[in-house]
Amino acid sequence: MVALTYHAPESLEEAVQLLSTARQPVKVLSGGTDLIIQMQGLIQDERLVVDVKKIPGMRAADWTEDHLILGPSMSCAQFTKRQDIQTVFPGLVEAAYLIGSTQVQGRASIGGNLCNASPAADTIPALMVNRAVCLIQGLNGTRRVNVEDFLIGVGKQCLASDELLVGIELPKPTARTMDAYLRFIPRTEMDIAVAGAAVSVTLDDDGVCTDARVAIGAVSPTAILVPSAAEALIGTRLDDDALLAAAAASSQAANPISDRRGTVEFRRHVVGVLTKRAAKIAADRVGEV
Amino acid sequence: MSEAREFKHIGQRTIRPDGFDKVTGKANYGADLSLPGMIWGAILRSPHAHANITKLDVSRAEANPDVLAIATFEDFPSVNAAAQRDGTQRDGMMDTACNILANQKVLYHGHAVAAIAARSEAAAIAALDLIDIEYEVLRPVLSIDDAISAQAPILHETMMTQGLAEPATKASNISARMELKKGDIEAGFAAADVIVERAYDTPTVHQGYIEPHATTVVFNENGPSMIWCPTQGHFDVRARVAQLLNLELGQIKVVASEIGGGFGGKTTVYLEPVALILSRKSGRPVKMEMSRGDVFRASGPASASQSLIKVGAKMDGTITAMQATLHYEAGAFQGSPMGPGCMTVFTPYDVENLYVEGFDVVVNKPKVAAYRAPGAPQSEFAAEMAVNELAKKIGMDPIEFRLKNAAKEGTQTIYGPKLKVVGLEACLEAAKASPHYNAPIPENVGRGLAAGFWFNIGGQSSVIINLNPDGTGTIIEGSPDIGGSRASMQMMAAEILGVAPSSLNPIVADTEHVAYNQTTGGSRTTFATGMAVVEAAEDIVEQLKARAAAMWNVTAEQVDFKDGVAHNLTGEDQLTLADICASAEKTGGQISGRANINARGAGPSFAVHICDIKVDKETGKTDVVRYTAIQDAGKAIHPSYVEGQFQGGAVQGIGWALNEEYVYSKDGIMENAGFLDYRIPLASDLPEIEAIIVEVPNSFHPFGVRGVGETGIIPPLAAVGTAVAEAIGQPISSLPCSPPKILKLLMSAQ
Ligand SMILES: Cc1cc2nc3c(=O)[nH]c(=O)nc-3n(C[C@H](O)[C@H](O)[C@H](O)COP(=O)(O)OP(=O)(O)OC[C@H]3O[C@@H](n4cnc5c(N)ncnc54)[C@H](O)[C@@H]3O)c2cc1C
Repeated sequence: MVALTYHAPESLEEAVQLLSTARQPVKVLSGGTDLIIQMQGLIQDERLVVDVKKIPGMRAADWTEDHLILGPSMSCAQFTKRQDIQTVFPGLVEAAYLIGSTQVQGRASIGGNLCNASPAADTIPALMVNRAVCLIQGLNGTRRVNVEDFLIGVGKQCLASDELLVGIELPKPTARTMDAYLRFIPRTEMDIAVAGAAVSVTLDDDGVCTDARVAIGAVSPTAILVPSAAEALIGTRLDDDALLAAAAASSQAANPISDRRGTVEFRRHVVGVLTKRAAKIAADRVGEV
Repeated sequence: MSEAREFKHIGQRTIRPDGFDKVTGKANYGADLSLPGMIWGAILRSPHAHANITKLDVSRAEANPDVLAIATFEDFPSVNAAAQRDGTQRDGMMDTACNILANQKVLYHGHAVAAIAARSEAAAIAALDLIDIEYEVLRPVLSIDDAISAQAPILHETMMTQGLAEPATKASNISARMELKKGDIEAGFAAADVIVERAYDTPTVHQGYIEPHATTVVFNENGPSMIWCPTQGHFDVRARVAQLLNLELGQIKVVASEIGGGFGGKTTVYLEPVALILSRKSGRPVKMEMSRGDVFRASGPASASQSLIKVGAKMDGTITAMQATLHYEAGAFQGSPMGPGCMTVFTPYDVENLYVEGFDVVVNKPKVAAYRAPGAPQSEFAAEMAVNELAKKIGMDPIEFRLKNAAKEGTQTIYGPKLKVVGLEACLEAAKASPHYNAPIPENVGRGLAAGFWFNIGGQSSVIINLNPDGTGTIIEGSPDIGGSRASMQMMAAEILGVAPSSLNPIVADTEHVAYNQTTGGSRTTFATGMAVVEAAEDIVEQLKARAAAMWNVTAEQVDFKDGVAHNLTGEDQLTLADICASAEKTGGQISGRANINARGAGPSFAVHICDIKVDKETGKTDVVRYTAIQDAGKAIHPSYVEGQFQGGAVQGIGWALNEEYVYSKDGIMENAGFLDYRIPLASDLPEIEAIIVEVPNSFHPFGVRGVGETGIIPPLAAVGTAVAEAIGQPISSLPCSPPKILKLLMSAQ
C-alpha cells in the first residue's frame, strides 16, 4: 500500500484538477511547517500531497499600481528580507519575522499561516488591519474574499475542496499610514502567541488619527477585527486616554479560553496592553517617515 | 595540600576528546544503532491517569503476521502478578516492574501497558490498535493536598505510611514520613525577635534532556545479551534488567552510547527490559525509542513540592531556629527525594535549633526520577526565600545575614556528620566582591540572592590505563560522560604521567571491559573516577620506575619519575615514558595500570547565585537581565566544563523558577507534553551566565576536587523568586513565576 502520494503541479489548472479528482484525502503543501507536523501519527493513512510551490507566482511578491500581490507560498525568510515591503507594511513583516525561528522561516509562508487558520497565527491580524483580500481559484473559476471573512473557525477557512489560495492582495496604504504587530509569549521565540494585536493608523499632518484598524489574535476562535478599538483611536491624537480606550475595547472584544498557554483573565488583559502598545508603535512609525 | 602545587595540565582549557565527533554528527547516541534483522518495539500507553485494567487481550495482535512478539507485566518472571496480589510489602523492584509495564492498574497518563515488536516501526505502532483493552476509570489524584485528604482515592491498597510514631493501620497515599532534629526548636523560636513563616510550592518539572530514551538490544541464549542505550549508569541498567528478568549479571552486557543529557533522568530503566523480553521472544534484535511526548508523560520528572518554613532570628542577625514541613510528590510509586530534601534544607546555616519533617506522597503522575541534586532545589528554595524575607525584616544585607550564620568547618549537620572544610563563606565573600553585586540595581529591576548546598558522593569506580608501545595510551573507565568528564580524566592522568593529555584516549567501556562503576550521578565522577584514574596512573608510574630500574640494573628506589621522564638517581641516565614503553617487550611485557576503589571523602559544594530580573508590570513577563553563579569547585580540573556545569545548573533552575511546569487537565491528562508548551529557557531568553569559580580544596582528593554537577541548580529558584518579589514589591510563594501568576499578583496589589 502506498500511504503517501506526492505531486508538484506546475500550473494552477493542473493543481485544481488534482484537488477535484483525487481518490484519497488531499493535503495542499506550502512550506509544510504546519502540515508535516499535523501528518505525523497518520503514517498509515492514505494521502495525496499537492505541493503548490512550483506553480508560477506562488512564491512571488509583485507590486501593481494599487496593490501588492503576495504569492501565498513565499517563504517568510524571503518576505522579511524585502525592503520594499518592509517600508510599506512593517507590521506585517514583523509578524512574519516572529514565526518560529530562522530555520522555520526558511519554509513557513504567509499563505500557509493563513490557510492553517490557527487562532494564534501571527500574520493574520496584520493581514486584517491591512485590508488583505484572499484570491481563490477553484474548478469553476476565481473568487475574492476578505481575510476577515476567509476564516470561519478554529483551523477552518472557507476554501472548498477544489479550491486553492493563489494570492493575497494588499492595497497600498494611503499616505501617512503605518502598521505594527505585537504578540505576547512568555519567552523570546519558538512559542505560540498567548495574545496578539495588530494596529494600522493613518495620521493627518497634525497627528490626528483619521483612520485606524485593530485586529486581535489568540483570544477568540479566529483572529478578529475590533472596530470599537479602531473608533476609540480615530479622531484622537492617540493620547493616553485614547490608547486606554482602545485597549479596553480590545479586551472587551476578546473571547478567550483558559489553556496551558494562558488564562481567560490574562489573555483579556494582555490583548488590551498589546493593542495600546501596537497603536503607539504604528503612530511613531508614521512620525518617522 | 594542593593549593601550593603547580600544575602542567590541570586547570588548562584543553579541547574535549569527544567534542569533534559530537559537533560533526559522528557520535552515536541511543537511537543510532541498527542491526541486521532488527525489528521495532512500540508501547501501548494509558490514556487515563488512574484506572483499573478490566480487560487486556493481546490475541488479535498476536495473530497479526507483522507482529513478532508481545510483552506485558506477566513477562517479568521474578516479579509476577501473584506477588503483587498476595504480598503486603511493597518493594522497589516490584514498583520498577509495575512502572515499566502496568500490573492490573494504570497510575498515570502515558503509563506503559503492553509492548509489541513488529517488522517495522509503523507496523508496531499500527498493531497497538489490535490490543483489546478496557479500563474502569478512577478519580485521579493530582496534588499533594488532594492525595493526603481523607476523601482521596488510594493509589496502592497495600501502602502503609512508614516512619510514623505509631505503626500505620490503614493504607495511605503517604508512603513515608521522616523527622530530623537538632537542639530545642521551641526554645529557639522563643529566643527569636523576628519570625518569618510561609508556605511555598513548586511544580512538577522535567529534566528536559534533548535526547529521548532509546535502546537497541539483542537477546542471546548462549552468551551475554547486549543492551545499547544512553544511560548515566550502564552497570545499574545491567543490575536492574538482571533482577527484572531473573538473569545473572554475566548474562547481560550493557553498552553506554553517547548520551544527549540526563541530569539524573537517565539513572533508571524504562525501555531496556521490555526490549529484551521482546528480543527473547522474537529471536531478533529489537529497537525502541520514546517520542518526546512519551518522555514527558512517562519518564523523569522531578517532584512537585509543598514546604512550610519557619525561621526565627534575633535583631543582631543570629538565626535561633529553623523549622520545615516538606511534602514531595513521588509520582505513581513511592520514592521521592524527600530524604535529601530534608537533609539539605537548612545545611547552609550553622543554627542550634532545627526541626524538619518530610512526607513522601504518591499521586497520579509519572514516577519521579533524579534531577540534579534531587530534592534540594525544592526545599532550599523555600528556606532561602524565607531567609531573604527575614534578612529584609531585620534590615540586614542578605550576604551579611548569611555570613553571620554560615555553615563552616565543624558545623553539626542535622543529618549526622560535622562538616569538614567547606567553601560557603568563600562563596559569600566572592559574591560580595563580585562586579554584579556591586553594580547598582537598575530601575524596574529586582535583585535576588540565594545559597545552595549539596553533599556530593564518592563510591565505587574502576579504571584501567593501558600504555601502547609508542607511549600513547587508553584510559578505560566506566563512568558515562555527561558533562565533559573524559577531558578531565585525560588531564588528571596526563598530570601524573607527565605526557600530553591528547596522547591518552579516554573511553567509557561497556560492562564487560571494566569492573563495576557506580552511576554517573551525585556529582561523583570527576571526584571518584578521577581518584581511580590518578591511582591507576600512579600504578603505572611505579611500573615505569621498575622497568627503568631493570634497564639500568638499579633498584626501583633508585629511580625517580618526574614530568614523564625516569631519572637514574645513581647516574645521569634518563628515559622518557615513551622510551620505557618502546622497550617494554624486553622488560617484562606491556604496561597497564589499574585501580578499583571505593572513594570516601566527597567534598560538599556550596554555591551563591545573584539574579537581576525586570518585570513588565502590564503583562507580568519576566526578563533575566543579569545573572552570576558562584560556586566552590574545590579544584577546577577543566575550568570551562566547571563553568558549563554552573551555567547549565543556573539555566535549568531559572527555567524551573520562571516558566516550566507540567500542566494537567482535571482528568489528569498532561496538556503540555512537548517543548512548545513545556517552556524551558531558550538561549535568546537569557543573558550570559557569569560564572565565578571558588576553589577551597577537598583534602580527600589528590587534586582537591569537589563535585560541581548538582549544586548549581539549587540557588536559582530562590534567587529568581526573590528578584521577582523585589521587582513587583510582593512576596513570591509559588513557582513558576509565570506571567499569568505574576500579573494576578500585580493586579491584586492595585
Ligand atoms: C517550530 C515551529 C514554530 C512555529 N512558530 C510559529 C509562530 O511563532 N507563529 C505562527 O503563527 N506560526 C508558527 N508556526 C506554524 C507555522 O510555521 C506557520 O503557520 C506557517 O506560516 C505555515 O506556513 P507553511 O507554508 O509551512 O504552511 P503548510 O504547513 O504548508 O500549510 C499549512 C496549511 O495551509 C494549507 N495550505 C497551504 N497553502 C495553501 C494554499 N495555497 N491553498 C490552500 N491551502 C493551503 C495546508 O494544506 C495546511 O493545511 C510554527 C511552526 C513550527 C514548526
